[in-house]
Amino acid sequence: MTATGIGAPVRRKEDFRFITGAGRYVDDINRPGQAYAYFLRSPHAHATINKIDTTEAMKSPGVVAIFTGADIEADKVGGLICGWAIFNKDGSPMRAGAHPALAIGKVRYVGDHVAVVIADTLAQARDAAEKIDVDYGVLSAAADVTTARKAGAPTIHDVAPDNQVYDWHLGDKAATDAAFAAAKHVTKLDIVNNRLVPNPMEPRAAVGEYDIGSDSLTLYTTSQNPHVARLVLSAFIGLAPENKFRVIAPDVGGGFGSKIFIYAEETVCVWAARKVRRAVKWTSDRTEAFLSDAHGRDHVTHAELATDANGKITAVRVSTKANMGAYLSTFASSVPTYLYAPLLSGQYNIPAIYAEVEAVYTNTAPVDAYRGAGRPEATYVIERLVEVAARELNVDPAEFRRRNFVTAFPHQTPVIMAYDAGDYDASLTKAQQMHDVAGFAARKAASASKGKLRGLGYSAYIEACGIAPSAAVGSLGAGVGLWESAEVRVNPIGTVEILTGSHSHGQGHETTFAQLVSGRLGIPIENVSIVHGDTDKVQMGMGTYGSRSGAVGMSAIVKALDKIEAKAKKVAAHVLEAAEGDIEFKNGKFTVKGTDKEADFGSIALQAYIAHKFNGQELEPGLKESAFWDPTNFTFPAGVHICELEIDPATGVVTIDRWTAVDDFGNVINPMIVEGQVHGGIAQGVGQALFEGAVYDSDGQLITASFMDYTMPRAQDLPSYNVGMTITACPSNPLGIKGCGEAGAIASPPAVINAITNALGHENITMPATPEKVWKAAQASAQKMAAE
Amino acid sequence: MYSFTHHAASSVADAVKSVGEGKYLAGGHTLIPTMKQRLAQPGHLVDLNKVAELKGISDNGSVLTIKAMSRHAEVASSDVVKKAIPGLAALAGGIGDPQVRHRGTIGGSVANNDPVADYPAACLALGATIVTDRRRIKADDFFQGLFTTALEDNELITAFEFPHADKFAYAKFRNPASLYALVGVAVAKRGSDVRVAVTGAGSDGVFRWTDAEAKLASNFSASALDGLKASASGLNGDIHGSAEYRAHLIGVMAKRAAAAA
Repeated sequence: MTATGIGAPVRRKEDFRFITGAGRYVDDINRPGQAYAYFLRSPHAHATINKIDTTEAMKSPGVVAIFTGADIEADKVGGLICGWAIFNKDGSPMRAGAHPALAIGKVRYVGDHVAVVIADTLAQARDAAEKIDVDYGVLSAAADVTTARKAGAPTIHDVAPDNQVYDWHLGDKAATDAAFAAAKHVTKLDIVNNRLVPNPMEPRAAVGEYDIGSDSLTLYTTSQNPHVARLVLSAFIGLAPENKFRVIAPDVGGGFGSKIFIYAEETVCVWAARKVRRAVKWTSDRTEAFLSDAHGRDHVTHAELATDANGKITAVRVSTKANMGAYLSTFASSVPTYLYAPLLSGQYNIPAIYAEVEAVYTNTAPVDAYRGAGRPEATYVIERLVEVAARELNVDPAEFRRRNFVTAFPHQTPVIMAYDAGDYDASLTKAQQMHDVAGFAARKAASASKGKLRGLGYSAYIEACGIAPSAAVGSLGAGVGLWESAEVRVNPIGTVEILTGSHSHGQGHETTFAQLVSGRLGIPIENVSIVHGDTDKVQMGMGTYGSRSGAVGMSAIVKALDKIEAKAKKVAAHVLEAAEGDIEFKNGKFTVKGTDKEADFGSIALQAYIAHKFNGQELEPGLKESAFWDPTNFTFPAGVHICELEIDPATGVVTIDRWTAVDDFGNVINPMIVEGQVHGGIAQGVGQALFEGAVYDSDGQLITASFMDYTMPRAQDLPSYNVGMTITACPSNPLGIKGCGEAGAIASPPAVINAITNALGHENITMPATPEKVWKAAQASAQKMAAE
Repeated sequence: MYSFTHHAASSVADAVKSVGEGKYLAGGHTLIPTMKQRLAQPGHLVDLNKVAELKGISDNGSVLTIKAMSRHAEVASSDVVKKAIPGLAALAGGIGDPQVRHRGTIGGSVANNDPVADYPAACLALGATIVTDRRRIKADDFFQGLFTTALEDNELITAFEFPHADKFAYAKFRNPASLYALVGVAVAKRGSDVRVAVTGAGSDGVFRWTDAEAKLASNFSASALDGLKASASGLNGDIHGSAEYRAHLIGVMAKRAAAAA
């Protein structure tokens, strides 16, 4: 390990500009003559649009144009798409309703896009929007999956009269049912996985621009995957061919999945820019973000777990209703299916699993991937099931897990996944030691003496990330491949630019990717720049989500670096006048085996470009290589989190007292950044468990549409984490790394709820476990204890 | 935000004279966000931030006087307040966050009479007098329901007079999202007179809990409130807490305030 190579806790190179306000986000970009877009949004959850009268609004000062869905349709521009086809149990395709960028004939959720006003200033656009007269025919709304699936519920899309998007399943139903029939004990749970609003610090924004001379479009947008945005806007929505379309995602202030998707706003901004011949800018305010960013989670599940006489798990059976919102967002269909059910085996050896998932339209904002995307939902199901099963069987929950752990690898689960490497017992044992689980009883007694209830909960999670072999995801319905690209440009004096298809929006790629290159080429980390987020600079890439940039994105860089080294060795052989096979490269120096001849990396780079020492017809001048990496498998990070907390039964307030996380992320590039990812992930998971929850009323109005009502976790709500690692190298990529970006958010919710239910002595609590819910549950506990 | 005119008042008289159909701007912590969301559109703002006679904290040995434009942070850190009524300094130090405390004012808070604000509970429990540009109003007469006060059009609060108490404390249970009071209870004892004021919970704003006052008057201790339950009728219920939960918390917070006083 070098001071700036793999494994070093290098300080983040990008942080200077972020913490000094020198970052350049989409809202910082202003183009000459730009106009501003304001979206008139539906105040109704479900209504027909009988008429839109813009006459008065058009007279408002500063108005450039007002467009409705009819204008976009007349331009032969298509609607938004869902890029993952899911098939029903009977083999028929899912029922995807049309998703126009601006509503046509009907609005389907509060915040749906009715019209856009383009004006000289944002205030003028807002003023004009207030003068648009929309004649709505208000319809009854279905704001939750149960209501939407009832007989007589309002139909949200004609293509799905009963609001069912799909009825999908995975696993062997007959084998699972047989295992349940033979079970010694069956544990049953009803689970709600609460709906979340992503709330990245930077709201979404877009600037669309049209250049008359080149007849081309440029879109600056808050995207996690600008190339995919260009692909969708070009090939599917039809705004312009890719060679006439540049998408730039500059500094992006967090995404958590919500900036993967292609939304109405950026589509309209870039389309309108060509219509009005001016750059068009839109920046979401926080209210718009609550209303229209794709939300996360929102599952209603019944789950069962069967055990035999030896306390071994024999089967798991899960039935889930997934709320998709009013339209299918870009990757929405994959989240409650292939990103969910294949993780229901957890860390356990389970012979039979059967999952059925019904996806449902409701009159709410679209729901799509949010940090973890399906895997937190699966982990919550399996980790609540095993915890409750252990309690019902009077077995220590840790021992129950240990008894059922997968211990031999590779391990094929009954639900697609082939776990490649891991040591689950090692993580559990280390976590128990670090946490001082042995001292829990004494701590619980001390809490009791103060009138407080103390509980301890485990979560032994596994997730599948680094998505994924392209052919494999293609066979499961994905519309795209999920490889990654990299280009390594060595400049003549030996500095290096890495052009990556990954996109950093908080992950620290400018540091970790540079560490890889610094260590590999033996050059100072300052000599390495990471270029990303611009389709005119970087060749086609797939972007950042699903904890894939390390395992997939960096692997592509490794592959390109292999080519760079091979080429540089050829150059070095000429320069050092030796046979190519005798050239060795180590610590930034080329040497000739058995001699003292050497040349450093920079001098060989220069020789590659001046091309004096070799025949340019036999060996191409220059030093630049690119590579595409298509993984052979997902990566499978796993670990154990232990949450210990105290409940004040008088108020229901939960105080997390200590948290231990032991994760196996394979080899680690930068332990400081990895630890930061774990910290942030736990905070988000604790947010889901204790605080966050998007609430719609029965009319489909979002009650939690601001931070006054939507509770975000705060620093004061979180303890200092006790973070450790175990390492089993990932065999499916050259660096042996797994993903770490989502693990904390996946692991933590069941750890919190298992701790609360441990403290309460019963299982009757739902997320978010707000003070009132916990207070009521604590009263029930007190009554139960009194009765006993 | 809609457009408006702005006048920086130089004195109380100037402010009252120039406000017209407009609004007074104190700390602006409710008014400005409401304007930004286009939920309020005053055409004219009279800014009180440069009015020197609205600033300052003093004490005459029996009455603490806090001028209306005193920031929460000034009240929280004032040695005068800490000596006279330490629980009031603690209350001010628990409002919002540091940014809010360095901008928000006691006059703005009380004039707005937000049902989840902290100061109204202190005014009511301590029997404060609200001094305006034209008269003196007893706290008991001042708070008249949700965002409603005894203030007349254009009437401007200039100061608060808090008579000293033998004991005073405020206990707050925060709304988890907004951190405003879900339930806040102020308890004050002056000789045999005990007053208990509740904020956050009431659907009609701050109110006195007379059952608790009677219990504490005969025995000023937390245990005197054992078994006493506030009624849930007339209390707010929302996603953060039902009326029943708020009623329960009133009891818990009253005990904590009595114990701390």
